[in-house]
Amino acid sequence: MPLYHDDDQTMLADTASQFMAEEGAIAKQLRHWRDRECKDGFGHALWKQMAEMGFTGILVPEADGGLGMGHVEAGIVLEEIGRNLTPSPFLTSSVIAASALGQASDDLRGRYLPGLIAGDSVFAVAIDEGAKHRPERIATRAEKSGNGFRLSGRKDFVVQGASADMIVVAARTSGAEDDADGVTLFAVPKDAAGLDHDAVRLVDSSMASHLTLDGVELDGDAVIGEVDGGREVLSRMIDAGRVGAAAEGVGVARGAMAMTVDYLKQRKQFGKLIGEFQALQHRAAHLYSEVEIARAVTIKAQQLLDAGAQNASLMASVAKAKVGKAASLAVKEGVQMHGGIGMTDEYDIGLYMKRDRALAEFLGDAHYHAGRVAELSGY
Amino acid sequence: MSDLESFRAETRAWLEANCPAEMREPAQGEDDAYWGGRNATFQSEAQKAWFEACRDKGYTVPAWPREYGGAGLSPPEAKILREEMARINARSPLSSFGIWMLGPALLKFGTEEQKRKYLNEIARGEIRWCQGYSEPGSGSDLVSLQTFGEDKGDHWVVNGQKIWTSYADKADWIFCLVRTDKTNKYQGITFMLFDMASPGVSTKPILLISGNSPFCETFFDDVKVPKDQFVGEINRGWDVAKYLLGHEREMISGADNSERGAGIGAMLKRQAGEMDPVLRAELAMFDVDALAFSAMGEKFLDEVKVGKAHPAQPNMMKYAGTELNKRRHELVMAAGGSAALEWDSEESRGGSAARSWLRTKANSIEGGTSEVMLNVIAKRILELPGA
Ligand SMILES: Cc1cc2nc3c(=O)[nH]c(=O)nc-3n(C[C@H](O)[C@H](O)[C@H](O)COP(=O)(O)OP(=O)(O)OC[C@H]3O[C@@H](n4cnc5c(N)ncnc54)[C@H](O)[C@@H]3O)c2cc1C
Ligand SMILES: Cc1cc2nc3c(=O)[nH]c(=O)nc-3n(C[C@H](O)[C@H](O)[C@H](O)COP(=O)(O)OP(=O)(O)OC[C@H]3O[C@@H](n4cnc5c(N)ncnc54)[C@H](O)[C@@H]3O)c2cc1C
Repeated sequence: MPLYHDDDQTMLADTASQFMAEEGAIAKQLRHWRDRECKDGFGHALWKQMAEMGFTGILVPEADGGLGMGHVEAGIVLEEIGRNLTPSPFLTSSVIAASALGQASDDLRGRYLPGLIAGDSVFAVAIDEGAKHRPERIATRAEKSGNGFRLSGRKDFVVQGASADMIVVAARTSGAEDDADGVTLFAVPKDAAGLDHDAVRLVDSSMASHLTLDGVELDGDAVIGEVDGGREVLSRMIDAGRVGAAAEGVGVARGAMAMTVDYLKQRKQFGKLIGEFQALQHRAAHLYSEVEIARAVTIKAQQLLDAGAQNASLMASVAKAKVGKAASLAVKEGVQMHGGIGMTDEYDIGLYMKRDRALAEFLGDAHYHAGRVAELSGY
Repeated sequence: MSDLESFRAETRAWLEANCPAEMREPAQGEDDAYWGGRNATFQSEAQKAWFEACRDKGYTVPAWPREYGGAGLSPPEAKILREEMARINARSPLSSFGIWMLGPALLKFGTEEQKRKYLNEIARGEIRWCQGYSEPGSGSDLVSLQTFGEDKGDHWVVNGQKIWTSYADKADWIFCLVRTDKTNKYQGITFMLFDMASPGVSTKPILLISGNSPFCETFFDDVKVPKDQFVGEINRGWDVAKYLLGHEREMISGADNSERGAGIGAMLKRQAGEMDPVLRAELAMFDVDALAFSAMGEKFLDEVKVGKAHPAQPNMMKYAGTELNKRRHELVMAAGGSAALEWDSEESRGGSAARSWLRTKANSIEGGTSEVMLNVIAKRILELPGA
């Protein structure tokens, strides 16, 4: 498969680009909700519109009422979300939770997918149990109780957790904290007794919760996949999330870069446009190279995931790490090259820096993923 | 089976039958490759067999038309051949400036007669070419070149000096930029082809920091060049030169090479037993960049095929690819430790790690420096003002 978008994908990109630039624009969404200290950190009306556009069910199989497309297509939407810093539950709901639900029972799919496709439901995922992403370690316990389970533990960085109608929770049904086996995934409904959120606003104005599960009782049919055999479902869902976060990161990087290059062509100092100074030209050209490369490997990872290729997981880590580095460079150069104005709240470039920081931590930062690349490469 | 699937199966079988085992491991530097030409010698029987099999099949230049010595493969077929060769680590059968640089320029700008003659010679490895662009005063600022061709009716008389001419002392012919009009900077250069055996051509090797001397100072003293040995139009050689530079940059970038990260980590384990965590971390970050660049290379080649790539994109590939290659060799040296310092022992294969490390420093100079690549990106892709 060639590493560029085919005609259908290009059409989707045009549609998504136009939609997000109009409806998902920074002033209309991010600033709007931020300035109102919105408890969700995003607008439900936009989510509904995204459903009308068909975006919400991109990764949902046609048999379940979705579009049955792939990670390349989800990535197209995510890149536009990133470029416009559009706050939405797309990544957690339509990419991560949807890919977990794809491996769930008919019953669970029937319960949750229609709401997702219609833009009525929002899902979150609860994996991490600390300030850094370490999915190898899962301590939250799920004990057998009647014909179901009792969940106890604590989860962190549950993005949009408090707004979610359902949370995919990774818990341990057997074994020790660091065991690969013994992990099970659960679809935990929002109103489950014993579920408690401490919702906090993050630097990028998104809302994430510290989640406490205090003896949350679930029926056996809340299990996604196999009991004790959830590691594989979890890994695939995480890979989908990483590649999705990479795509959004590419959008953030491209958005910040475009703004900066534009500024270089307008701002005059020392009687010249600052874009005429070679010191800045070279840095901008280097940045361009890094962002292009990050974008290429993200598309590669999307295609490998869609093909179910053996090295998809490795490439997901390469993409997350490479985008992490490139987007971080884009926002740092962006603020610096804007000079004093880049430090002001009024100017959007700082918002890119904030979003990048949150995305960088989400599902593992560049260091984590580089380490994983080394491990998977055998050293 | 689809046509492409059967092509893959045939290719696999052909490679199995024709690529000797010794040609399935990487060459140890430039000297280990086969460069063809009038005075060519083979390093081994295997190298000869592999070259001849490829030559007869048109696989030295698989995508060129058959009438010019190629195999006439379609882009997807050529990609399959590349993939199948990479799968068994098959070496390139022929290293050649004719293939990488002059050939593409002739395909675009050459007359039918020139194509039939020169392309076939290149494809068959009969004539080895060198590139006469740089001059002592004209490196990055190439259009300032001074070598002058005086119009004598049916021929030019060329005088001047070139420098950094790779393999000038081993090459049979040169493709050369010559000023034919002193009044016009850009539109006063002609792209000429001539025999290095012509009277008045002399070369003097320059020793490199790697201890090798693959390039020369080249002197032209009243060299007679027949008037029909030019490509494109007279005084419009800059167009040909620029087009060729695009291909040269693409070649130097290693866009086609996907094996960059492999092996160093294993070497590090072997040398040190236990891994230095900081070095491991650097290596891991390198691997991220290398794997990402290899995806970029694939994307770039895919886009070139359908005309989607920005025309200045080879500059970006060259910049990123060569900076990465330098980093790779720094890591090879660090992972190799004192063993990598050995300069001529048998164990070190004649100091191949150290010599390769030093050789890669030229990657960001030859074919245009990294700084010049960044200038081009800034100007032509980002469209930044001035300069
Ligand atoms: C938090 C803060 C507090 C401040 N407090 C004060 C204060 O109390 N009093 C006061 O007077 N000022 C203050 N300043 C202003 C500060 O001194 C200016 O922001 C600074 O001098 C840069 O000028 P500028 O913002 O106009 O950026 P610009 O000059 O527009 O620069 C934009 C970008 O172009 C680059 N650039 C500009 N010229 C060149 C060149 N020739 N070559 C290469 N690159 C170039 C810059 O490095 C920068 O990256 C403050 C700024 C900040 C952020
Ligand atoms: C191994 C090797 C093989 C080569 N083979 C050939 C060959 O076969 N044929 C041939 O014709 N040439 C060949 N070259 C020459 C090569 O193309 C030149 O060396 C190259 O173009 C740089 O020119 P220069 O060496 O004159 O450096 P200079 O142009 O003098 O540059 C010196 C430094 O200044 C920087 N610089 C120059 N201009 C600018 C600018 N505008 N902005 C910012 N920085 C700038 C450069 O980046 C560099 O760092 C080869 C070179 C090497 C190293």
